[in-house]
Amino acid sequence: MSRVVSSSTESAVSAVPAAAPVTMAAALNQALADSLAADERVVVFGEDVGTLGGVFRVTDGLAARFGERRVFDTPLAEAGIVGTAIGMAMNGLVPVVEMQFDAFAYPAFEQVTSHLAKLHNRTRGRLALPVVIRVPFGGGIGGVEHHSDSSEAYYTHTPGLRVVTPGTPGDAYVLLRQAIACPDPVVFLEPKRRYWSRETCVLDADGPAIDRAVVRRPGRDVTLIAYGGMVATALEAASAAVEEGWDVEVIDLRSLSPFDDETVAASVCRTGRAVVVHEAAGFGGYGAEVTARLTERCFHYLEAPILRVTGFDIPYPPPHLERFHLPNTDRILDAIARLQWEDGDRG
Amino acid sequence: MKTQYARRSEATAADSLLPTATPLQLIDADGHPGGNPGSLSLPGPEVLVELHRRMVLGRRFDSQSTALAKQGRLAVYPSSRGQDACQVGAALALRRQDWLFPTYRDSMAVLTRGVPAEETLTLLRGDWHCGYDPYQYRVAPQCTPLATNTLHAVGLAYAARLKDQDQVALALLGDGATSEGDTHEALNFAGVWKAPVVFLVQNNGYAISVPLAKQTAAPTLAAKGVGYGIPSLLIDGNDAAAVYAAVRAGVSRATAGDGPTLIEALTYRIEAHTNADDASRYRASAEVSGWLSRDPIARLEAYLRGAGLLDDASAARLAAEAERLAEDVRERMNADVGVDPAELFEHVYARPTAALERQRAELLAELAELEEPAP
Repeated sequence: MSRVVSSSTESAVSAVPAAAPVTMAAALNQALADSLAADERVVVFGEDVGTLGGVFRVTDGLAARFGERRVFDTPLAEAGIVGTAIGMAMNGLVPVVEMQFDAFAYPAFEQVTSHLAKLHNRTRGRLALPVVIRVPFGGGIGGVEHHSDSSEAYYTHTPGLRVVTPGTPGDAYVLLRQAIACPDPVVFLEPKRRYWSRETCVLDADGPAIDRAVVRRPGRDVTLIAYGGMVATALEAASAAVEEGWDVEVIDLRSLSPFDDETVAASVCRTGRAVVVHEAAGFGGYGAEVTARLTERCFHYLEAPILRVTGFDIPYPPPHLERFHLPNTDRILDAIARLQWEDGDRG
Repeated sequence: MKTQYARRSEATAADSLLPTATPLQLIDADGHPGGNPGSLSLPGPEVLVELHRRMVLGRRFDSQSTALAKQGRLAVYPSSRGQDACQVGAALALRRQDWLFPTYRDSMAVLTRGVPAEETLTLLRGDWHCGYDPYQYRVAPQCTPLATNTLHAVGLAYAARLKDQDQVALALLGDGATSEGDTHEALNFAGVWKAPVVFLVQNNGYAISVPLAKQTAAPTLAAKGVGYGIPSLLIDGNDAAAVYAAVRAGVSRATAGDGPTLIEALTYRIEAHTNADDASRYRASAEVSGWLSRDPIARLEAYLRGAGLLDDASAARLAAEAERLAEDVRERMNADVGVDPAELFEHVYARPTAALERQRAELLAELAELEEPAP
C-alpha cells in the first residue's frame, strides 16, 4: 500500500506514517475504527462484537472507544441481525454487521437474498441499503464442522449484492473502508486463515476501486486467478514456479461480484494460459463463472484449456482431513504443468 | 451468580404483560358502545367518522381490485375485505413521522396511509415490485415473504431511538407469520432493545388454508408477548375503534420510551386468499356468513347513526365518493401499462455495472431488431 493516511492519523502532525507490520485482523479493526470516526451514521453490531471484541478480535476495543450506541452486541440470531440492519439503513444509518462464521450466516439467507439484495431494485432505486455484512470465511484453521465453509457462490449468484474479499492485510483495510462507503449492500468475506498474516504497510484508504482486480505479481507465462485466502497460496506457487521456469502472473480478484472482466481478460489474453484457484467445491463454484467468462473473451488467445484448482465436491472435511482438501502450491504447480507447454513457450 | 442471571434491571411481573382472556372491544357487534373496553378508551367523534369513511373507501377499493384481478387487469389481488377495521384503524393511528411495514394483504392500509391507489396497485398489476416512494409516505414496500418485514420495522425503530428521533414503526403480520422464525427474532430484538415498535397480528384464522389450530398451541397469539417481555393486547379486530385505540396506545408507549407492544386482533378474511384461491376447499360457507354478520363497517355505521354522527345524506355522499374512487381505479388500471425494459438494469446497483450496461445494450438491440420491418 502506498502512503496516505487513515483518518485516525490525519490529525497527526507528522506527514507520512512509517510502514509497520500489521495483521489482517488489526487492519480490519483499524478500518472499522476509522469508518466509525469518520461517519457518525456507521454502527457496528453482531454476536460478541461488543465487550468481547469478536471471536477473532476484529472489533476489539471499538465498543469501549465509540460507546454502546455505535458498537453493540445483539441477541444470537443472524436473520435478526441482517433484518434489523435493513431497517436501520432505511432510517439513515450505515450498519456494519458481523456473521460469526460462514456457515452461521445461513439463517440470514432470506433477509440477504430477498430483501438486502433486492430492496433498491424493488423500490426503483428509492431505497438504498448501504449495509456491510462481514463474514469470516473459508478453512485452514482446524475448525470443527460448520466453521470453514466457502460460501461465496451463494452470494455472487444474487444480483444486487457486491461480494468482496481481501487477500492481504493492507487491502483488507482499503476494501473494508470502500465497502462501508459504498451505497450498495456488500458481503465482505474475510479469509479467516489469513487473519494473523502480516504485511508491512501503511493503512491507507486510497487504493484500487472496490470493483477492480489487481495484479499482485506480474508474469508472462500463465495467469493464476485467486481471491481471499488463496491469494497467498497462489503467490507461493508463483515463487516456486520460478524454479520450473514458469513466469507466473497472480491476480487477486478482490471483487467477486461484480467481476473485473477487463483486468482479468487482459492478463489471460496476454499470457494465454490460466488457472483459477479457490477453496470452495469446484462443481457450480465461482471458478466456473470465471472460466466461462474468460473462455468467451480470450478463446482465440488461449494455448490450453483454463483449469481449476479447487476443493473437492465434498462437505468441508474435519480438521485432521482438511489438508487433503485444500488447494496447495503442489496442486497449483501440477495444474500449471498440465497447460500444454511446448518448447519455447516459457519465459 | 446473581448478576449473571439478572435479566432486566427492572423486574417485570409476567402477569402484567399478558393479554386479557377476552378480546377488548369498544363498540360491540351491534354497534352499541361498551363491550369490553379494558384499558382502551373510545376515540373522539371526528376519529370515529373518519374510521368509517376510510373503511367504506377501502372496502370499495378492495372490491374493485378483486374485480380487476378477475378481469386479468391485475396479476393477482389478495383481498383484505373483512379485515377493514384492522387495515384502517392501524393506518390512521400512526402519526405523520411513523412508519408502516405492510404485507401483501395490507393494500387497504397502504391506501389509507395516503399512497395513491395507482401506486398501491403497481405491485399487483405487475408493472414493478413497488409503485410508491417509501420515504414520501413512510410506508415500506409491501412484503411478500412472511414475517421478514417485522425485523425491518424493529431495525428502523431502533435506529430512530439511536438517533433520538420521535418515530414509531408498525409491523403488520398475520397469524401464519407468527410461526416464522423472523417473528420470534423480531419480538426478541424489540424486547431486548426496547425498540419503539408496534406489532399488529391480524389473526384471520387461516394461513391460506391452514387453520390456527394447526399453527400454534399457544392459548392466544397475544400471549406469546410475555416470552419476550412485551406487553400484549388481545382485541376485537372487527372493531375499528378498538384497533385504533390499541395501536395508539402502542405508539404512546413506544414514544414514552417504554418499548414495543404486541397486539392480536381477531378478525376474518371474507374473500379467498387471492383471486387464484378456492376457499370452499377448506372452510364452510356458514363460517363465512357468520363473520359477514359481524361486519366492521356495519357495526361502526350503526354506532355513528345512534350517536347522530351519520345520517342518510352523509352516507349517500360517502357512497358517491367511494364510487368515484372505484371509477378512478378502473380507469387507471385499464389504461395500457407503460413499462420500459431498459429500466430492468437501472436499479440493481447504485450505478449499473459494466456487465449490466452490456446486457441492457443487448436487450435493446434485440428489441430494435424486432421493430424493424421485414425485408
